[in-house]
Amino acid sequence: MEKIKILVLAKQVPDTRNVGKDAMKDDGTVNRGALPAIYNPDDLNALEMALEAKDRLGNAEVYVLTMGPTRAAEIIRESIYRGADEGYLLTDRKFAGSDTLATSYAISKAVKKIDPDLIFCGLQAIDGDTAQVGPQTAEKVDFPQITYVEKLVEISPTQITLKRRLERGVETVVAPLPALITVHGSANPCRARNVKRVMQYKHARTLTELKEENRENSELFKDRPYLKIEEWSVDTIQADDTHLGLSGSPTKVKTIDSVVLAQKENIVLTSSDADVEELMVDLLKSRVIG
Amino acid sequence: MKNVFVYCEVTEEKRIAEVSLELLSKGRKLAETLGVKLEAVVLTDQAGDTLETIQEFGVDVIHLAESVELFPYRTLPHFRVVQAIFEKEQPEIALFGATSVGRDLAPRIASVLRCGLTADCTSLEIGDHVDTKTGKEYKNMLYQIRPAFGGNIIATIINPETRPQMATVREGVMKLEKADKKKVAQIKNYKVEEILKPEDLVITIIDRHIEPQKVNLKGAGIIVSGGYGVGSKENFKLLYDLAAVLGGEVAATRAAVDAGYAEHERQVGQTGVTVRPKLYIACGISGAVQHRAGMDQSAKIISINTDPNAPINAIADYAVTGDLMEVLPKMIAYYKKYSK
Ligand SMILES: Cc1cc2nc3c(=O)[nH]c(=O)nc-3n(C[C@H](O)[C@H](O)[C@H](O)COP(=O)(O)OP(=O)(O)OC[C@H]3O[C@@H](n4cnc5c(N)ncnc54)[C@H](O)[C@@H]3O)c2cc1C
Ligand SMILES: Cc1cc2nc3c(=O)[nH]c(=O)nc-3n(C[C@H](O)[C@H](O)[C@H](O)COP(=O)(O)OP(=O)(O)OC[C@H]3O[C@@H](n4cnc5c(N)ncnc54)[C@H](O)[C@@H]3O)c2cc1C
Repeated sequence: MEKIKILVLAKQVPDTRNVGKDAMKDDGTVNRGALPAIYNPDDLNALEMALEAKDRLGNAEVYVLTMGPTRAAEIIRESIYRGADEGYLLTDRKFAGSDTLATSYAISKAVKKIDPDLIFCGLQAIDGDTAQVGPQTAEKVDFPQITYVEKLVEISPTQITLKRRLERGVETVVAPLPALITVHGSANPCRARNVKRVMQYKHARTLTELKEENRENSELFKDRPYLKIEEWSVDTIQADDTHLGLSGSPTKVKTIDSVVLAQKENIVLTSSDADVEELMVDLLKSRVIG
Repeated sequence: MKNVFVYCEVTEEKRIAEVSLELLSKGRKLAETLGVKLEAVVLTDQAGDTLETIQEFGVDVIHLAESVELFPYRTLPHFRVVQAIFEKEQPEIALFGATSVGRDLAPRIASVLRCGLTADCTSLEIGDHVDTKTGKEYKNMLYQIRPAFGGNIIATIINPETRPQMATVREGVMKLEKADKKKVAQIKNYKVEEILKPEDLVITIIDRHIEPQKVNLKGAGIIVSGGYGVGSKENFKLLYDLAAVLGGEVAATRAAVDAGYAEHERQVGQTGVTVRPKLYIACGISGAVQHRAGMDQSAKIISINTDPNAPINAIADYAVTGDLMEVLPKMIAYYKKYSK
């Protein structure tokens, strides 16, 4: 039997959940530099579900694909520490400015090269927050999609049973392989790093990273080829330039405004009996309550 | 051709979802501005009286596909039918609810039609655009306005070259307004069995537990809302007590929902429900921009927070600095005392 190939799509994102004062520049644009870059939270749930699928199938491998700048290689190392077998960094200036349609086009070209049986991705990324890349990638590779998945119920080499978390309940579905699954943040959290794997892979690098460290002449990859993280460009995946980047994106950002808090005149009170009494009397008098 | 289309979601109770009715209301205004028609798309097993509801919103054409394969919702059958309708009708604008159905379906449609899709719009307007590079002028674009980057910025997005201009909108964002006059819509029926292929039916639903909507935040005049500062599910009981005496509903922030203090359907904000009550009492809520996005239209806001500098205070009419565990029982006591 051939190994089942499981692919995880993971994105490196700025941590928008902890936006401090220095995160916004004076001109109202976002200062990405001031935000730590993290593993998109839902994608960690997706990685876990992929690893669970591998655990249950036995005869399977988990690959990770991330599209982003050089530093996004961190996502691949992190995935490998937690149990993924191998990763690919999809990186090219031509991807810059891609909307979800262009992003899913690029990802779908890489997916075709990997040729997986199953794809797990996050429901949504916390920066763009559109939840569109999963379904769009599924359409482009012609896989059925199962979104909002909370639990892997059962898996065999030919089909998968999944529980979906919807607004007002749950639904269990059976799908044949191949399929693309988007994983909800309420799914199992990702297992911790495996210390042995951290020791083994902490020197894993892309060629560009080695160059940045002025070590391109080191014997690293010759001695330990498994430490090489593959970098794929537009050419590697044979993508059509016109479908990428700003020019390949049908959505255009016309304007961006920062959110300004207009200070309201307010009445400041304490928790004292007198103050709370005043508050309730005020509300009753003005007929807001009662 | 060139009309405004709204995908109408059918709920578990076989009614048209609120969000779809809100979009029909908005869609009618957009169609009026553009001088085009408003068209609804309904995919279900049996339409029954759902069409009656739609007629109240001034719809010109209803595209109706009825088949057992179309209820309950599954991605591929709906995808295939909507694709067929859009390819034939070439909509100018297509709107979907930002629900687990709309967010599943709309991106797949946008992908196959290769058109732009803007997620979670908080406002839709018609306006012109000049491309600064080419100088090319575009008339009557759909401005798709959405928060992004964790809600810290508001972006206006347009799709100059591709059609339809697609957008998703969350429930509660657009106002629900019936048309002044009821219109009799033309109904176009589709033969579903001629559109669907066997590979569209590969996914089977083996189990479903969908509960009727229990909490009605949007209809509540008074909302007592709790944040992470409430501290526990047990402490949330105080909020229920206050809501009960005031005749209101209990809501929560995402942090409180994530911590398990309250159910997801009570979440207010960018990724929850948008509310406009006459009174919103924010207890132990810091006031993150994503939360404010769902409640800052409330007529009156009271904030109860131990931190006098909590950002929520900036939009509050009354800012009570203090421990909510102390303040809430006092509010209940004084309410009882003065309301007779
Ligand atoms: C202000 C602003 C507003 C935007 N609004 C829109 C919009 O309305 N419509 C639109 O089309 N684009 C929009 N974009 C562009 C969009 O954010 C990017 O295209 C982004 O690359 C992908 O979208 P997302 O972050 O929403 O991902 P999502 O679609 O939310 O991601 C879902 C999942 O797809 C996978 N995935 C996504 N990106 C990658 C990646 N780079 N590598 C590996 N896996 C990945 C992950 O598993 C992720 O969990 C906007 C961008 C900005 C800055
Ligand atoms: C893409 C995205 C979408 C999001 N969507 C939403 C959304 O829809 N809705 C939403 O709410 N959030 C949303 N968030 C999360 C949001 O950014 C905040 O993290 C969240 O709103 C914070 O909730 P909170 O105010 O309850 O918690 P915190 O920020 O932790 O605030 C707790 C507050 O309680 C106060 N406090 C503590 N103890 C007491 C006490 N005993 N008495 C009184 N006050 C006390 C503290 O001073 C503090 O101000 C989203 C985030 C992202 C990135």
